[in-house]
Order: sequence, then structure tokens, then C-alpha cells
Amino acid sequence: MRPFTYERADDVKGAIRAVAGRPDAKFIAGGTNLIDLMKVRVEMPAHLVDVNHLPLAKIEDAGGGLRIGALVRNSALAADRRVRERYPVLSEALLAGASGQLRNKATTGGNLLQRTRCFYFYNSGMPCNKREPGSGCSALQGMNRIHAVLGASEACIAVHPSDMAVALTALGAQVEIATPAGAARTVPMTEFHTLPGTHPEVETVLKPGELITAVTLPPPPPGGQAYRKIRDRASYAFALISVAVAGDQVALGSVAHKPWRAAKAEAALKSGGSPAAAAHAELAAAHGYGGNDYKIPLIRRMVVRTMAQAKEATRA
Amino acid sequence: MAGAEPPTGPTRRGVLETGVVVGAALTVVGSGAAGAAEPQRAGKTVTRDIELDVNGMKRSLTVDTRTTLLDALREHLGLTGTKKGCDQGQCGACTVLVDGMRIASCLTFAAMHEGDKITTIEGLGEPGRLHPMQAAFVERDGFQCGYCTPGQICSAVGMLEEHKQGFPSHATPNVAAENIPLSDAEIRERMSGNLCRCSAYPNILAAIKDVAKVGGGAA
Repeated sequence: MRPFTYERADDVKGAIRAVAGRPDAKFIAGGTNLIDLMKVRVEMPAHLVDVNHLPLAKIEDAGGGLRIGALVRNSALAADRRVRERYPVLSEALLAGASGQLRNKATTGGNLLQRTRCFYFYNSGMPCNKREPGSGCSALQGMNRIHAVLGASEACIAVHPSDMAVALTALGAQVEIATPAGAARTVPMTEFHTLPGTHPEVETVLKPGELITAVTLPPPPPGGQAYRKIRDRASYAFALISVAVAGDQVALGSVAHKPWRAAKAEAALKSGGSPAAAAHAELAAAHGYGGNDYKIPLIRRMVVRTMAQAKEATRA
Repeated sequence: MAGAEPPTGPTRRGVLETGVVVGAALTVVGSGAAGAAEPQRAGKTVTRDIELDVNGMKRSLTVDTRTTLLDALREHLGLTGTKKGCDQGQCGACTVLVDGMRIASCLTFAAMHEGDKITTIEGLGEPGRLHPMQAAFVERDGFQCGYCTPGQICSAVGMLEEHKQGFPSHATPNVAAENIPLSDAEIRERMSGNLCRCSAYPNILAAIKDVAKVGGGAA
């Protein structure tokens, strides 16, 4: 691990001041992904600003929905009574991710910023455009069973690994960001993460020094909710694919460089199409790379199954 | 009389502690050279004086900022009960309680824990006054090699506290339910962050159920 200096920030302004203008500085919250990546020298910050003590750990009622502070731990969010009753898809997604130990550390803001689990991104002995722009993508011709089938590029076929973010995307959440200029801006979940294009090293619209302060949820959409996840083990494994349904809103996980709002599927549903037809519409543009071809029919079936489960949940 | 005198031979703890001192001396002597030999990036080792509250005792130490909480416990404080398994958050052998919540001590820096109350396996109980969870693991034979055991026990104690606070899990059929019975499936899911390569899981489950039945669990 590269040596780094460390400071603990007391307020949002101070934290941003400490990181802005220093490209080698990073915020650290739960640290469960950043420290992992620092150990393998994929992340090499020279300065860490500990934001754990900023006053951003509350879940508040706001505008008929909820405002979730960026430092609310994954376990606390999953256990919140309001989330469990009104946004069960979010609770289910959080509980499907990681382990008890990690959920107690991982934060709402940090979860959004976790990086891909692509084997080649972690292996600094192999080319990876995300880790080392211009070096090439090893996954295109390599082991790619966990990789993207939607929105990928020739430069990168990695997926975003979060469960939580998939539920937030289905629920139409917004990300609140504090800027170095002292302003605040809000970005919809659907626009927060970016597709790889020719710059897979860029993963979100966050600019240097910007800090996520909260995630806001609108009132829950009418209808049932459900989260389903397919993984290699029954527990404690990243998704091969996942589906979040909230009423007529659908998002897919581990299929693209970002949590994937299934807008085409939703449009098909709105015009009276069946869940199978909706899934078919979404997957018209899907493309496999060999090892991950299985994902396409699996997503189709999972969308149908998760929509049925959400409907059952409405009746219960 | 064999029992009258303290043992004089080398102990595992003694050897480990000697190793720590020798290691520290080498680090001091070699730090300049090690810095120069580091080809990838320049950047000098940064140390920091910190105070940790471990098992109810305030401990002052000087650590490289890169020191994980796990390494601070084992290498600086000699608390070798907390184990290093994978060192990347997958196995759970390093589980400790921080302010009562279980975490993986390998995925957090020691310097981030000033002001927190840290409880390790040594703080839960010791020979003669075992924590109920430790006693249950002995009673139920909840281990073979024992390497994952401190992590399993700290995790189980934290897990029962989470359940007491009403935390749902992936095994909970309806996350909005008021009362969640601690079924075998619930315990297994909630303990999935702790691996046991000897596969002592059935006995670990039995030990945890024993403690859950009498409502124990607090550190």
C-alpha cells in the first residue's frame, strides 16, 4: 500500500476543502472497498480525509419521502422502520449485499461509489482501461461471465456491483452533492453513474472535491416491490444479475457499467405489454461476450419472476 | 512438582511478541532504505500517534497510517486472539466489536478508531470467566482447528445484538415484520460473513442457538 497522510474532518466544508484541488486525495467513509483496493494498489491516494464524523448519518422524512444521509450505514438503512414498510425493495437489496460485518461499516454514499469487481480491474498484471486508460480491456477476450450485456463499449465491459443502487434506481432516488464552491446540486440516480464509452475510468458525474451528502427518495410508487438476485452462492456473493421492481418501475443490476433503469421495459408495460414482452423490449439491444451470454435469457426470466413477486407483495 | 512452578519453556504468545519487537527494530533501521527501494511510488512512511480504547483500556500507540485495526491489535497491542485470515473482508476471522457493532477489522484503519470502544475476543471473556458465547462454543464443540473461532464468537455476539434491535436479514420472508424469529435459516444467513474451513457450522449453529435461547449476547 502506498503511504498516505490522514486527517479527520469535522464539517462538510472542511472535508471538501481538504480534498478539492488535490487530485491524489480521497474521502474515506466505511472504507470496505477503498481499503481493499488500496491493498492491491489499484487505489493509491496520498491523502485520506476521514468523513465518518460529519453530521450526515440521519434518515429524515422529507417531501413525502425520505432523505438518507450519506453516512447512514447499510445495516441501519436496511433496518429503518420507514424503509422496511414503504421501500421494502431497498431493504431487501441492502440485505442481499455483503455480510453483516460489512453492512455495519458500508455507507449510503460509499456504496454508490464502490468500484467494479471485474477480475482484470483488480489484477494490476493485466491490461485494464479502467485502471490504466489506454492499456486495453482484458475481459473482452477473457473470463467475462460476470460482465455487462447492456451499454458496454469496446473499452470496457465491467459492471457496477451494487445491490443498493439498483433499488435506488428503481425507486427514482436523487443524489445530493455538495460542491467545492459551497453550493449543492442534485442528480437523479439514473444520471449519477456513467456508461464506459471511451472513458471507463470515469464512473460518475462527481467532479473533483464534490461530496455526496444524501440520497433522497420520492414517495413510493403505487404497487408492490421486490428485489431478486442471482449469485454463485446462497449468501455473501456479488450479483450475477439482479432485478428491482417498485410498482411499474424496473431496474437491473450487474448487467451494465451503471445500475440500469429499464426504461424500454417500463414503456412496454405502460402500453399494455406483458412482463415477458417488457423484458424482451429491454433486451433487444443486449449483447453477450461469450462467458456472459447466459445473462440475457436469465434477465428475461428474472424480470418476469420479480414482477410477479412484486405483485404478490401488493396483495400480502 | 510440575504444577507448582510457572512454565519456563517458550510460549506461542512469547514467540510472537519477540517477533514483534525484532520486526519493529528492523523497521526502524531499514525504513530509509525500504523507502528508496520502493520502485512504484515515492512517498515516505507516515506515522501517527493514536489512542485506542480496547477492552476498556486506553492504549497509546504510534502507527503507520496504513496500519489496519487488525494489525494494530495483533502487532502493536499483542492481542493475537483476533485472527488474520484473508485480509480482504471475505472470511470474518478478524471480526471485532466496535461500539457494540461487529466489523471486519482488516478493512478499516486503526487511525480511524480513536474515540471508539473496541472489544476483541480477549475482552469478551477469559479462562475462568468465559462469555456465554465462548462457553457455548466449548460446550457444543463449535470448532475444529479454532482459527475462525474468535471471529465467529465476536460475530455471533454482535449478530444477536442486531437481532435484538430488530434488524431483518436476507432470510427474513417479510422485511417489514415486527418480530423476526431467529430460525436456523436466519442464523445461518446472518453468520454468512464468517467462514469455517473445517466446516464446524452445525455445532456453531447449535452454540449460537443455546445462547440465543437464554437471551444472552451483549458484550
